[in-house]
Amino acid sequence: MEPMKYHFEVKGDDFSVAGENSSKVKKILRQLGFDPETIRRVAIAMYEAEINMVIHAEGGYIDAEISPDKVKIVLQDKGPGIPDIEKAMQEGYSTATNSVRELGFGAGMGLPNIKKYSDDLVINTVVGEGTRLEITVNV
Amino acid sequence: MKLSDVKEILNAEILTGEELMDKEVYSACGCDLMSDVLAFVKDRALLLTGLMNPQVVRTAEMMDIETIIFVRGKRPDDSILGMAKMKDIIIMRTEYPLYIAAGKLYEKGLGNKDRK
Ligand SMILES: Nc1ncnc2c1ncn2[C@@H]1O[C@H](COP(=O)(O)OP(=O)(O)OP(=O)(O)O)[C@@H](O)[C@H]1O
Ligand SMILES: [Mg+2]
Repeated sequence: MEPMKYHFEVKGDDFSVAGENSSKVKKILRQLGFDPETIRRVAIAMYEAEINMVIHAEGGYIDAEISPDKVKIVLQDKGPGIPDIEKAMQEGYSTATNSVRELGFGAGMGLPNIKKYSDDLVINTVVGEGTRLEITVNV
Repeated sequence: MKLSDVKEILNAEILTGEELMDKEVYSACGCDLMSDVLAFVKDRALLLTGLMNPQVVRTAEMMDIETIIFVRGKRPDDSILGMAKMKDIIIMRTEYPLYIAAGKLYEKGLGNKDRK
């Protein structure tokens, strides 16, 4: 079966709508009848990554590819990139500003959490050019 | 514990989901940091928080959290309530601060049954 494909734009300047695309994908997966645990894993991983795009990278694009046996989410931004990915993957490491912290984010838990909830995570990042995350959750 | 008991214990006001007070809750989490909610909370818990923005509702949605209780007398605006209604999330508010609200629920048995 051909995977179902969806394309989303993430606005970089509006924190209040950040995560709406993750919400859409969650709804789609529910309608398709995926099991609650798979849906939850995809939702949390994608939401963390979508929020990161807004707070660290001024938005970007997301492609979701849904197959019966796996869900793949690719997030691409033209933000500042991540200089030290090993550091960024550590729990508690964050460069978030105070204004982001006041909104309830910036604890440095996002990337480790994406890793935890996905079966495969590939990060390509170039400083000054942007970041691409490929998140795969097996069903 | 039923949501109607939670409402009683916290002397809370129901802002959305009035008709769902018969629902059972089994655990709760008190947290102002959505990063931590996403990283540590088990599903279907009740969320007590002093943080007030749309991402609280969206975080709840992602985590399958069905009920949010805003503490310290904070009142969510219509955009937050509208979003909660659309996502079938129950919202209450209580005058108690986070620590007291959590303590009251814990004392009455919410989430302190089979703690290892
Ligand atoms: N898309 C991105 N573009 C640029 N930098 C990023 C991006 N995603 C993450 N980072 C960098 O990696 C760090 C760690 O990210 P992570 O998601 O783990 O934590 P956080 O977003 O700072 O806080 P939290 O996710 O707990 O709210 C960030 O603080 C930021 O420096
Ligand atoms: Mg993050």
